[in-house]
Amino acid sequence: MRIKLKSNIAVSDNGFVFDPATGDSYSVNPIGVDIIRWMKTYDTEAEVINQIIETYDIDSKTVEKDLYDFLNLLQNYQLAENA
Amino acid sequence: MVMEKLRYERPVITTLNAGVTNKFGTKSLHAPVSTIDGVSVKEIIAKYGSPVFIISERKIRQTYREAYRAFATRYPKVQFAWSYKTNYINAVCNVFHQEGAWAEVVSIFEYQKALKNGVEGKNILFNGPEKTDDDLKTAIQHGSVIHIDHLDELYQIIELSDTLKVRPRVAIRVNMDTGIYPMWDRFGFNYESGQAWDAINKIMLTDKMDLVGLHCHIGTFMLSANAYAIAANKLADLALGIIQKHKKTLEYLDLGGGFASKNTLKGSFLPGTDVIPSFDDYAEAICSTLLNAGFTRENLPLLILETGRALIDEAGYLAASVIANKRLSDGRRAIVMDAGVNILFTSFWYDHRISPVEQAGSQTENTVIYGPLCMNIDILRESVTLPLLKKGDHVVIHTVGAYNMTQWMQFIAMRPNVILIDEKGQTHIIRNRETVEDLNKMEEMPEHLKSFKLS
Amino acid sequence: MKKQLTIAVSGLNNTDNPGPGIPVIRALKDWKGIDVRIIGISYDHLEPGLYMHDLVDKSYSVPFPSEGADNLLLRLEYIHEQEQLDFIFPNFDAELFTFIKLAPRLEAMGIKTYLPELEQFEERQKYRLYEYGEKYGLNVPKSTTIHSISEVPEVLKQFEFPVVVKGKFYDAYIAYNQEQVYSYFHKIQAKWGLPIILQQFVYGNEYNVTALGDGKGNTIGAVPMRKKFITDKGKAWAGVTLDEPALIDMTKKLISASKWRGGMEIELIKDKNNKLFLVEINPRFPAWVYLPVAAGQNMPAAAVKLAFGENVNAFTTYDVGKLFVRYSFDNIVDLSDFQKISTIGEL
Repeated sequence: MRIKLKSNIAVSDNGFVFDPATGDSYSVNPIGVDIIRWMKTYDTEAEVINQIIETYDIDSKTVEKDLYDFLNLLQNYQLAENA
Repeated sequence: MVMEKLRYERPVITTLNAGVTNKFGTKSLHAPVSTIDGVSVKEIIAKYGSPVFIISERKIRQTYREAYRAFATRYPKVQFAWSYKTNYINAVCNVFHQEGAWAEVVSIFEYQKALKNGVEGKNILFNGPEKTDDDLKTAIQHGSVIHIDHLDELYQIIELSDTLKVRPRVAIRVNMDTGIYPMWDRFGFNYESGQAWDAINKIMLTDKMDLVGLHCHIGTFMLSANAYAIAANKLADLALGIIQKHKKTLEYLDLGGGFASKNTLKGSFLPGTDVIPSFDDYAEAICSTLLNAGFTRENLPLLILETGRALIDEAGYLAASVIANKRLSDGRRAIVMDAGVNILFTSFWYDHRISPVEQAGSQTENTVIYGPLCMNIDILRESVTLPLLKKGDHVVIHTVGAYNMTQWMQFIAMRPNVILIDEKGQTHIIRNRETVEDLNKMEEMPEHLKSFKLS
Repeated sequence: MKKQLTIAVSGLNNTDNPGPGIPVIRALKDWKGIDVRIIGISYDHLEPGLYMHDLVDKSYSVPFPSEGADNLLLRLEYIHEQEQLDFIFPNFDAELFTFIKLAPRLEAMGIKTYLPELEQFEERQKYRLYEYGEKYGLNVPKSTTIHSISEVPEVLKQFEFPVVVKGKFYDAYIAYNQEQVYSYFHKIQAKWGLPIILQQFVYGNEYNVTALGDGKGNTIGAVPMRKKFITDKGKAWAGVTLDEPALIDMTKKLISASKWRGGMEIELIKDKNNKLFLVEINPRFPAWVYLPVAAGQNMPAAAVKLAFGENVNAFTTYDVGKLFVRYSFDNIVDLSDFQKISTIGEL
């Protein structure tokens, strides 16, 4: 993966994310919860994209664009860092 | 076993800060609007292109009847005059004329439109500060009432009257303090300073024209019904003064327009739907004042209303499409749409309600909405909470029937189709989208500029 | 009347500039013979009342009034389905207009409120108060509304310095000469727009009265208070109940003339000649409403009774010399509570 989730970041089933390093909290939608969990299990972005396509009704081009945007946001919020 | 795939929604993460509008219970705001009067918005776009203005004939008639009922149940003689400048597409005007509205125009261009629509001169009220000799002659010969705006216009009519066979029918526009700021004292003759009374006396003494009414228009998007009670009272005072001094009964008092529509003004804390007065509120203020002003049954004047915005705004929709999604440098979400301020002029002063057309997820995001122009000012909403829209999704922008189809500009892009959904659910083009040929037709090319060579 | 009531209360912002929600809840919980279940209505995930589980039984997030009355109503319908509300006690200034408008629809759902009429609510607005005083025969410091700076010299002839320069809804400065009036005019205009209000400054002590009107002109309760300590935000931190009939008389006169319905707080100033001036009317109970309760007048409970059409005798006495002293307290909260209210909107 180009970027990696910080090790102390966890997400609850209903999409609540708490960053113990800053005290900030966030809300993520269901697909965001899946992605955050897959980021922990899989090594490459391609694998995460594959998982999304298998689970959701969507094409890979759209997923790639949206995932890129989502990862940028995670990085922006300092929940993830360059691998 | 094959699992059915889940509906896709773009992944999104938002911060949970104190003081942020919470998302619970705001579902109806983001509920999709997939049909208008039972007609699919997607089909309209497929057939007529995007963006496209959509007018609901049913809604126009319904709103008109509601307004008429509010006044007619409170006052015995009521007449509406359709304010052409608000929306002068001929089909729209004719819906109002079919309902019984006269025409209220503010230029010779609008005057000619009304005539061509088949409105008789006696049913056209001619307002506005600019009327040329030719304009006035046309209107006088057709028997229209001229609403005089200033003394120069009064003298202009006196001069013209000697050259015409028809005696001009006139009213004067009166401006006044109704407790509303700003006071529109640039139009007409002032009540408090005695200007209006002087003008009335001048007209009566010249004996070159017939004074048949008084007119006022106190402002626009008026959130106070009470201001109309004050205005009605002052007009009634002048009319009663004319009965007393000149023994003449006026035919009508024209209270103008300015009633607010169900839009939300920028900077307003509560949405327009919660704060604007109803037709009943305006009608109660005006009618009870006139009934108690001191007219007898015989000399009670006809009450004319020229409200435009409140009659047409809600009947107009703009359907548009998402061109692109963007993330701004500060993390905000932005959407670029194919409809911009060039055709939606009112987005400069309203926070228009915007609904998705397609069913979207429950997740929402704060979004900036840009139009397609390569201009920094092309913003439809600075901040609106919307479901996660993707390229190709459609939206409906609500309450756009007033002023957009008259104040739009042909700038960068051309103006789109305007369609009408009739009461049976049939769609009709009522104004064709512009083409390059339409626009080039008006231009001329000097001979020496006709050719060039580029390398 | 039922012995068990479910009452929704907003204004749970029990911060250093507190809303009246928690004091109102304490009053309702003190109600003898009636078992009250409290449903908190919250606009912000960090309102302290959300986490005060001994006072608030269950809470729900609701959309801001700026999202429209219809959306608020939809959310209240959902809450009503879960909780079968008997009564709603809105406590924020910003939501009162919307709740007054919604009152008939809530009534139709079986939820009562006890709020002023819309006209009563509107006519006591700050920028209309002078008119209000003239209409009801109450002393209000002379004030006038101006739309243009050019009106200042002419208007000032009616005033003596110092004068208060105020915005339509917010901000007020005391000006001691014409130059200061100009400067504050520009300052307020830039921030809040026009019009600007000029008001005669009255030297004297400020008094406050919490009161309850029954909508027919009767004063059901009225307890005057003098602030003893004020925070740097100008809010009372301590105050004491007073025995001063003139304050009660002015309150009764106001309620009798305006036929005020519901709770209210009146702010008064007594000048050096012992003349009382009305300076503000807040259209709801204030954050110090528990002081009158402790002094013997449980006005929030009486308001609910009145809403149910019960016969309520006017309070005639209260303890004089009762003090309130506010304190702050660090409530320890588990992150899971915050997670619940912020992700599912219920706690």
